[in-house]
Amino acid sequence: MKNNNAALIFIALLAGALFGLGLAVSGMIDPAKVQGFLNIAGNWDPSLALVMGGALGVFAPGYYLWRCSGRGQCALGSDLPKVPDPVIDKRLLIGAAMFGVGWGLVGICPGPAIGLLGSMQWQAGVFVLAMLAGFWLVGKFSK
Amino acid sequence: MTIINFTPWSALLGGAFIGAGALLLLLGAGKIAGISGIIASLGNKSNHADKGWRVAFLVGLLLVPALLFASDAIAVPELAGFSVLKLAAAGLLVGIGTRLGNGCTSGHGICGMGRFSIRSVVATVVFIGAGMATVTLLGLGL
Repeated sequence: MKNNNAALIFIALLAGALFGLGLAVSGMIDPAKVQGFLNIAGNWDPSLALVMGGALGVFAPGYYLWRCSGRGQCALGSDLPKVPDPVIDKRLLIGAAMFGVGWGLVGICPGPAIGLLGSMQWQAGVFVLAMLAGFWLVGKFSK
Repeated sequence: MTIINFTPWSALLGGAFIGAGALLLLLGAGKIAGISGIIASLGNKSNHADKGWRVAFLVGLLLVPALLFASDAIAVPELAGFSVLKLAAAGLLVGIGTRLGNGCTSGHGICGMGRFSIRSVVATVVFIGAGMATVTLLGLGL
């Protein structure tokens, strides 16, 4: 069990590192680049559509090849998480809309927010603290 | 509409790395690489044993950009133009919105859409649309 836990931590560290590398290489970590993508009526920069395309182009075939080979478990043996039921409720729509407005305001979403902490700018810290406050508020007042 | 600053190759390559990271976490460890979910569930009082991999993922996610910035391999993005108020409002909206909507660009946009979750497709269309409306209506782009 201990070995399994060490493997889990190693995989997570490597996955996080790949993710961070991707955010930096793709430009997704740069708020100006993100706002350029969202600025559809102005000087539109379609690059981020290709970031998502590149990510899905690796993720989706990898996932489906794995599933098609009959494997319902991950390499460490636990079941793969289920795809959620297609329930479209108000909570999902309002949440996604609020997230979109916040994302548009400064061009930062949760992954790049963590990566930007590595740039040692206090602005990234303010964003992350406010985001944590948002997580806490929802945890406190829902359910 | 004019297209400037288009960087297709680095976008595709970076996207492939992001997809590889998410795929590794899912097929290797059975975990969804949704950053908002990973951070938010660190605050749960229950299942202490499940916190280690989340911290490890976030360390990797923070360290690689930090190294790239420190070595000048990647230019440090400009954040000086944002006021405290704007950063706080945006962070709060992102925090509340991603919890209500159960995911962000990574969780819904990649792990959800990549598994053809209808919820994630809808959420992604809504947050990209809301983001485009915000930037366009408030004139926040360059």
